[in-house]
Amino acid sequence: MELLDNLALGFATAGTFDNLLYCLIGVILGTLIGVLPGIGPLATIAMLLPATYKMSDPTTALIMLAGIYYGAQYGGSTTAILVNLPGESSSVVTTLDGYQMARKGQAGPALAIAAIASFFAGTVATFLLAAFAPPLAEIAFKFGPAEYFALMVLGLIAAVVLAHGSVIKALAMVIFGLLLGMIGTDVNSGVARFSFDVPELSDGIEFVAVAMGMFGFAEIILNLEQRENREVFTSKVTNLFPRWSDFKTAFPAILRGTGLGSLLGILPGGGAVLASFSAYAIEKKISKTPEMFGKGAIQGVAAPEAANNAGAQTSFIPMLTLGIPTTPVMALMVAAMMIHNIQPGPQVMTSNPKLFWGLIVSMWIGNLFLVILNLPLVGMWVKLLSVPYRIMYPAILLFCCIGAYSINNNVFDVFMTIPFAILGYLFKKLDCEPAPMLLGFVLGKLMEEYLRRAMTISRGDWSVFVTRPLSATLLACAAVLLVIVFLPSISKKREEAFAGDD
Amino acid sequence: MRIRNHRDFWAGVLFMVTGLLFMALSRQYTLGTAAKMGPGYFPTILGGLMALLGLMILVPSLAKRGPEVRVAKMDFKAILLVLVAVAVYAATLPKLGFIVSLFLLIGISSLASHEYKLKTTLISSVVLLVFSWLVFVKGLELQFPFLPFFLTR
Repeated sequence: MELLDNLALGFATAGTFDNLLYCLIGVILGTLIGVLPGIGPLATIAMLLPATYKMSDPTTALIMLAGIYYGAQYGGSTTAILVNLPGESSSVVTTLDGYQMARKGQAGPALAIAAIASFFAGTVATFLLAAFAPPLAEIAFKFGPAEYFALMVLGLIAAVVLAHGSVIKALAMVIFGLLLGMIGTDVNSGVARFSFDVPELSDGIEFVAVAMGMFGFAEIILNLEQRENREVFTSKVTNLFPRWSDFKTAFPAILRGTGLGSLLGILPGGGAVLASFSAYAIEKKISKTPEMFGKGAIQGVAAPEAANNAGAQTSFIPMLTLGIPTTPVMALMVAAMMIHNIQPGPQVMTSNPKLFWGLIVSMWIGNLFLVILNLPLVGMWVKLLSVPYRIMYPAILLFCCIGAYSINNNVFDVFMTIPFAILGYLFKKLDCEPAPMLLGFVLGKLMEEYLRRAMTISRGDWSVFVTRPLSATLLACAAVLLVIVFLPSISKKREEAFAGDD
Repeated sequence: MRIRNHRDFWAGVLFMVTGLLFMALSRQYTLGTAAKMGPGYFPTILGGLMALLGLMILVPSLAKRGPEVRVAKMDFKAILLVLVAVAVYAATLPKLGFIVSLFLLIGISSLASHEYKLKTTLISSVVLLVFSWLVFVKGLELQFPFLPFFLTR
């Protein structure tokens, strides 16, 4: 069995002392920022990206960064259940029933079910990743430039459809991102575009600076506006283990959440947030007692927690097999690989099998760490919440500044975060979702490159995108998605689905 | 004409202006042909598309019917203090070093909170300084000027 051999290689790689240690550091950091509202995995990974320069092995770097991402899904649920605050946007729905369970004195079982659901989903998603990534990479080898271009179009359209708010605004945001990606030296002609003779700009704008400005700093300013004082619910968490009847009710929900989450995670732009929302909606719809939802239904905790963890992990599939990041966090993973001179794409599996399988296996190990760590340490995480925001945000600012400086050891990147913080803040005020822009920004240069190559091969014939069957199928999917969101009945449903978010 | 939806109106204006700006700036680069695209080709298309989308957002915001949507209030004090703190940090770091710029960053940005206290700001600055020294300088061996220029040998 090839799969078993591959997994054995993965275990050998992930099981080295260094990799285990950084996996542990990653998941602890992930849980920490997951617990704390106001700082997400995106800003944290951006902050730590420069620190991975020093690591000799890129596998170690990716293992740690991945741990932050899925660790945050665990941490987010703890805050959601105990404090009625989503630590992470993907655990917004967990607050609905999780906090109600805590109020009824069932905080322990709620936390345990959330952890079990996450672990189960993580395990399944790891196997899905191991099983489906190789065949997908095979297909990817058949891709020409036209297919890659079509795939990116599909990816960006999917990100638009899945973003909240107006579809046209999200489309405009994607294009804004693509345009910002154009800044810097054009690889074909050597012309420095839109650089205004600033030498630092001829290398393009640093992605980390954009991500920190738009997500880190803009978020801090928005939080400061709210002037809310956080209330901490420090009840004793007793009887951690759920009753057998709880478990029986929760298990089918965990299964459904895992399935849905895995599927949505693969889709571009999906990831963990959408997965948790949809999982909750479905549980409520098929439940025999929908009136129990919002009053402490255990399925309402189990399904979204399974879904967000599964989604977080399967979102690695398109990045690892096609080299295309489908969420901003994945874009940072791509950046981490590039730092170590690894070009993401289908060839990673064959040229760096250790990295590929080591990363996959480390996710399962990391999930195991999380279950072991989380339940006994819940009390400690909750204590952290009592650190007031007025002390926390200057620290976040400082770490971001250190991170931005360390990308190129240049203060230019620190200065660059400022315009993007303003932009991110303005966009929030104008109801424009920043995530699609970030995705466009990452894909901009690649997309232009594939478009050029496809058009050069076809000698300027645009029909190449519809005459090649694979590319035509991908573009047709994108078109169908766009038509669907503009249908009046769907657009209304979409508004409902996103209502209550934020 | 009256603006009904201020958020959409200003978003539309922002997208239109940016799109047109990119189109205009692209004129200095070779356009090329579809088969041999120059550096100006893709940005010109994108700029045009963005301006068009901006228009599509802007026009409905002027519709006669519908509830009025205003842009939520902005807290200029918070924006200014946070961003000035970052700018001051970046400006002082190369010459005055990390210790000085850390105190400036924490000191200025802390003022943005509505529950500012000088004592906690000072304590947390010192704690963060020790933490950063241990983690970033000793642990991760990141390279940045630590002491002011007049104290380094």
